[in-house]
Amino acid sequence: MNPTDLIDRDSLRDDIPSFRTGDTLKVHVRVVEGTRERVQVFQGVVIRRQGSGLQETFTVRKVSFGVGVERTFPVHAPTIAKIEVDSYGDVRRAKLYYLRDLRGKAAKIKELRVTERP
Amino acid sequence: MATKAIVGEKVGMTQVWDDQNRAIPVTVVKVSPARVVQVKTPEKEGYSAVQVTWGTRRASTLSKPEIGHFEKAGVTPGKKLVELRIDDVSGYEVGQEILADVLEKGEMIDATAVSKGKGFAGGMKRHNFSGQGAAHGNHKHHRAPGSIGACATPGRVFKGTKMAGRYGGGQVTTTNLEVIGVDVERNLVLVKGAVPGPRGGVVVLRTSVKNPMKAGGTR
Repeated sequence: MNPTDLIDRDSLRDDIPSFRTGDTLKVHVRVVEGTRERVQVFQGVVIRRQGSGLQETFTVRKVSFGVGVERTFPVHAPTIAKIEVDSYGDVRRAKLYYLRDLRGKAAKIKELRVTERP
Repeated sequence: MATKAIVGEKVGMTQVWDDQNRAIPVTVVKVSPARVVQVKTPEKEGYSAVQVTWGTRRASTLSKPEIGHFEKAGVTPGKKLVELRIDDVSGYEVGQEILADVLEKGEMIDATAVSKGKGFAGGMKRHNFSGQGAAHGNHKHHRAPGSIGACATPGRVFKGTKMAGRYGGGQVTTTNLEVIGVDVERNLVLVKGAVPGPRGGVVVLRTSVKNPMKAGGTR
């Protein structure tokens, strides 16, 4: 246990589903526009999950109008309204940087045929 | 000088979310209740300060003069004696406890501590020298300091010329740090940004000298 864990405990979230690289997520992000707040969905493949505790982050990649878009979120960020796991991926790497060089069908990730990861 | 001060031990760094959901880097400082051992006044000692101690210490580790000093004050001996220079000491008396809540959220403070020792460090680390080029025929002089003086006049190197040497392990004050939170129950103070010294090191926190923002400041 780290000495600063007592402080971190207040900021940690317990409503984050378990997911790993290769999974396809729908990240519901709270966006503040002036005084209005709305929820935006960012859907894509998790290509990286790193760090631990409050500092843990994950990166979601999607291809939008032919342009690759990657967003990195802190796992425990209060700006995340909800994380939905769309599908589980069958990958052999912890970091899927190779997807950046692939296009179209080659960039597709094989789906893991389970409903719930054990 | 500062209006309020407290002494603590650095716990480590982490981050908290602010009201706009931004991650704020904070240093956690454990501020145990400090017991006033002596109040120094301009009339008697020539300057105003509060001498405090905190925590506990085995009696066998104390010297006889220390035992006498603590007994005179009627205070249980603590880890260390630290002097807090404060403008006005009229509100303090011997035996009084100073808690973390002397500091408030939003206040600007200065943090003083002994920095981490860096050992024998070169000019680039110690004095922020630029070093030399990586290419253009440079050979084994990438981090060298360059010239340290002129030729036959003066024919010597001036005293105080910045060179490599022992670095760190000295008193460092970081000014204008914001208090992000105060937890009296757990005796913790959260300070925005970095504070000098290693984890477990003694840190003196006092209200900022350059930017004495009032409690409940604009931020």
